[in-house]
Formats: sequence, C-alpha cells, structure tokens
Amino acid sequence: MNSRQNASDVGYSPLAIGLVLVIGIALTIWGAARTHDGPFAIQMYTAMGAFALGLFALVRAYITPNPNAVESRYEDGIVKAGVIASTFWGIAGLLVGVIIALQLSFPNLFYFQDFGWTNFGRMRPLHTSAVIFAFGGNVLIATSFYVVQRTCRARLAGGPWAWFVFWGYQLFILLAGTGYLLGITEGREYAEPPWYVDLWLTLVWVVYLLVFLGTIWKRQEKHIYVANWFYLAFIVTIAMLHIVNNLALPVSFADTFSYSAFSGVQDALTQWWYGHNAVGFFLTAGFLAIMYYFVPKQADRPVYSYRLSIIHFWALIFLYIWAGPHHLHYTALPMWAQTLGATFSIMLWMPSWGGMINGLMTLSGAWDKLRTDPVLRMLVVSVAFYGMSTFEGPVMSIRAVNSLSHYTDWTIGHVHSGALGWVGFVSFGALYCLTPWLWRRERLYSTALVEWHFWIATLGIVLYITSMWVAGVMQGLMWRAYNELGFLQYSFVETVEAMHPYYIIRAVGGLLYLIGALLMAYNLWRTARGDAPEAVTRPNAAPAAVAAE
Amino acid sequence: MTYEAASHFAQTWGLAFAVALFLAAVLYALWPNNRATFENAARAPLNKDEDDDHA
Repeated sequence: MNSRQNASDVGYSPLAIGLVLVIGIALTIWGAARTHDGPFAIQMYTAMGAFALGLFALVRAYITPNPNAVESRYEDGIVKAGVIASTFWGIAGLLVGVIIALQLSFPNLFYFQDFGWTNFGRMRPLHTSAVIFAFGGNVLIATSFYVVQRTCRARLAGGPWAWFVFWGYQLFILLAGTGYLLGITEGREYAEPPWYVDLWLTLVWVVYLLVFLGTIWKRQEKHIYVANWFYLAFIVTIAMLHIVNNLALPVSFADTFSYSAFSGVQDALTQWWYGHNAVGFFLTAGFLAIMYYFVPKQADRPVYSYRLSIIHFWALIFLYIWAGPHHLHYTALPMWAQTLGATFSIMLWMPSWGGMINGLMTLSGAWDKLRTDPVLRMLVVSVAFYGMSTFEGPVMSIRAVNSLSHYTDWTIGHVHSGALGWVGFVSFGALYCLTPWLWRRERLYSTALVEWHFWIATLGIVLYITSMWVAGVMQGLMWRAYNELGFLQYSFVETVEAMHPYYIIRAVGGLLYLIGALLMAYNLWRTARGDAPEAVTRPNAAPAAVAAE
Repeated sequence: MTYEAASHFAQTWGLAFAVALFLAAVLYALWPNNRATFENAARAPLNKDEDDDHA
C-alpha cells in the first residue's frame, strides 16, 4: 500500500531530475566555451562532470532497478550517506582549521609562493565553509531526514528528489570549496560562493524545503513534533537569508565576478543580517532540532517541558532575526540600529537559556546515565556549551564590551566555544546514535573510544577557548593603550608577537579536537562494518559495582 | 510610500502585529486543553517503531 503510493508519488521525478541535469550540462558547456577566465572554466568543467555523473547514475538506476529495492517504511539510505558525508567533511574541515591555525603560528609552515591556494586568505573560508556548511549542513540534512520520517511516521516525500538534494548539496560544497582555493570569492563572510554557485544552492535548497514539507504533509501523527518546527525554521529562514544576501548582478554570465545589489552601509547590514542569522538559524535552530530529538531518545526520558519547547521556539524565532546589527558597532550604521541589535541580543538570553534548561532537565531521573553513557554525556555537554556561548554572545554585543572585543581573537574564541562545544558535540552525539541505528547494530563498536573522543575533544576545546580569551583581551587592551604623550603605545606587530604563544596553544587545542574526530570516524566505520562489540564495553562498570558493595 | 510612513507603520502596527502573533503562540503553548497533546508529543522521540529494531 505504502509502496504503491510512493510509486505514483515519484512519477515523472527521474525525468525531471534528468532534465535539470541536461540543462546543467548545456549551461556549463556554454559557460566554459564563452569565458576568458581560467578559474571560471575549471568551475564549469567540475560542475559539468558532476552533472554527467548524475545523469549516468540516474539512467543506470532506471535501466537496471535494484532487485532488492523493496520499499521499506523509511528512506534510510540517504541518512546513511549523510552520516558518511558528515564524517568525511568534518575531518576535512577540522584538518584545514588546524593547518591555518599553524599558519598563524608559523607563517611559512604551509605556504608556498608558487601555489596561491596555500595562502591563508584562501584556506580560511575553506575552513569556515567546510565545518559550517559541509559538516554542519550534512549533519542537518541527514538528521532532519531521519527525524522527520520517525516523528511523522511517513516515508520521505519526493522519491529521488531527496537524493537530488543530497548530491546537489555536495556539488555546492565542491564548487564553493575549490572556488575559494582558485581565488574565487564574493568577499561576504559565510557567503563567499560566487553567484552561479548561489543559484545552484537556491535550487537545491528549495527542493530540500519541498521534500521536508511533503513529508510533514504525509504524516500519520496529528501533531507536528517540535524538532520538525526547528528544522522547518532553519530551512525556510536560510532560504530567505541566502536569497536576499546574495542578490547580485554578475559582470558577465561567463565570469565569476558580480556586484551586490546593495551598497555601502546597506550592504554591510544585509551581510550581517545574513551572517548572524546563519548562526541563529543554521547553527542554532537546526541543531536545537537535533537536541530535541536525540537527547530525549538517548536518555530515554520525555522532553522536560513541551510547553517550554514551544515558547523556546517562537521566542527564538521572533528575536534572533533582529540581532545582526551588533556586528556593526561603531560603524557607519545608524546608532539606533546598533542599539536595536544589542537589545535583541540581550533578550535572546531568555529563549537560549530556556532551551538549555529544557534540554538539560530532560535528564531528570536519568542523571546516572551520564556516568556510563559517553554519547549522552557528549550531547549534554553540548547543551551546556550552548548555554555558555549564548551567554557570552549577548555580553559581547553590548557596545562597551564590543569596543574591547571586536576585531580581536576573543570573537574567534567565542565562535569556537559555540562551534566546537555546541554544534560539534551535538553533531558527534547524533552521529554516534545514528550509526548503530541505521546499520542495525546492537551498539557502537567501542564505548571506550567514545570516552577517549569525549575527553580529548573537551581538553581541546578548553585549550582553544581559554587561549583565545587571553589572546583576544590582551590584543584589545594593547590596541587601545596610550602612552603619556597620547600616542598609541604598541605597534600592530607587537600585538601579533605577544599573541604567538596563545596561537600555538590554540593550534594544539584544534589538533586535539581533530584527533577526537578521527577516533570517531574509526569507531563509526567499525560499527557500520558490524565488527563484534568488545566483550566488556565499560571496563569500569564491574569493579565500581564491587566497590560499592 | 515614504520612508517616514513605512517606519511609522512598522513601529506601530508592525509591532502590535508581532506582539499579537507571539502572544498567540504563548497562549497556544499554555492552553489547558492542549495538555494531553503536549504530554504525548513530549514522548514522541521515545515511541517504539516496529520498523526500528533498535528502538
């Protein structure tokens, strides 16, 4: 019954996807033929290759249907692919992060004049986009597809279109990332991809929204679970932000360069309206959806207060969208707009902490599990980091504090307490949950390795954020220090010199975090392969019980 | 529409609209009749699924 519904549901989808791919091939051939710009041609050939591969896979699937393709209740293959992609991009993004952290400590370590792509300026957006969009984005797409199916008791809508979203998103990452290395950028933070990559992402994202909405439409449950609200807010708002922030006019349809539709301070405001809501809706709302599904599930406890979760959701949605101007304190932006941004940031304390309390209190009656279950501990610590960084953020948005913190490494420390502590840990927790569930294994290959991951990564975060606090505050104080004659006391290079030891500590912290992620990848791989779990997964459990007696 | 007219509209009716919308959401969350729905929903991630042998 279900499968028959799905068959009609799919209908002409493969044909339509094929048409998209053929149009893509035609446009990229045209672009590659017309351009005088080498990097643009490389991008066109890359996309052309991807479209051709997609077409090949589509035709092959059509000619030789998989004989084992019995439609199960849920589409889990795509979630499995998402788990693999997330792990891969996570490690790639963290590795680039460690490289650029080392470049800041030792400028000549990985920089070759003959290879422009080894320049910090090109590697830095590669790192930010790889961890936010490639790692974070894949985690969000994978978990959203898993959670929406389970909580709606419905198979993903749209048939092959979900796969179009998955592979289309990977192509977006590939074009954006290789583009940065080739020196292609729009110069907008977290929105560096050029105009044609933006257009491609828009298409993929709209299909993502339709697949998600279609699944909710088919649901067998009357109530739409709160995690789906968070996912939906994430998808809809990112679509809106992405489109408005990237309104631009290319100088030619065969060129990477484009001019923004806005200019001056309006352009800056649009960019930070986008930039801060990328934090609010991509890195917060989406990952809160993960919290609201995986924390109760792993703790085996209901959500502490469902009413609070609803108020949390709406308060977050209503407030976050206004907070962006706090990135533009002491600029040409009108003072009232700066104050507005700071005020809304302060108000965000309430939903942020309401949400954190809701996540943590979900463990009521199950606190003992924190001792024995490192996956749950990772999830809970992520929520604690969420509380910490959402406390720090509003403080930094106050104009007086911002005058010290802005443009310093304090900001970098703040971002990473959110990124490594909250987004990273909640994602790792979800991946540790999903792998045994999806590959139908009793448990993870090794709980001990999760313990190691947890502690190594936690130590890494502590080193990272404390060194950046010290470096940032010191940097800010040195910049504003005057001597008795009213001249600046320090030259810029003196501040750089003073930060050298902290940069090394930061690189060590990042390296530890990367090592933790590598342990996870190994553990997940062995789990998926079905290698027998170790006989004793918790070596401490038995002796502790004896001691207690 | 001039800038002044637009900002006046946003600062009065726009504000009232946003506040009303938010109050409606709070009212929905606290409405006594919704208690049973929400208690069920709070357990949604825990629902055992016949297709998930892990759950």
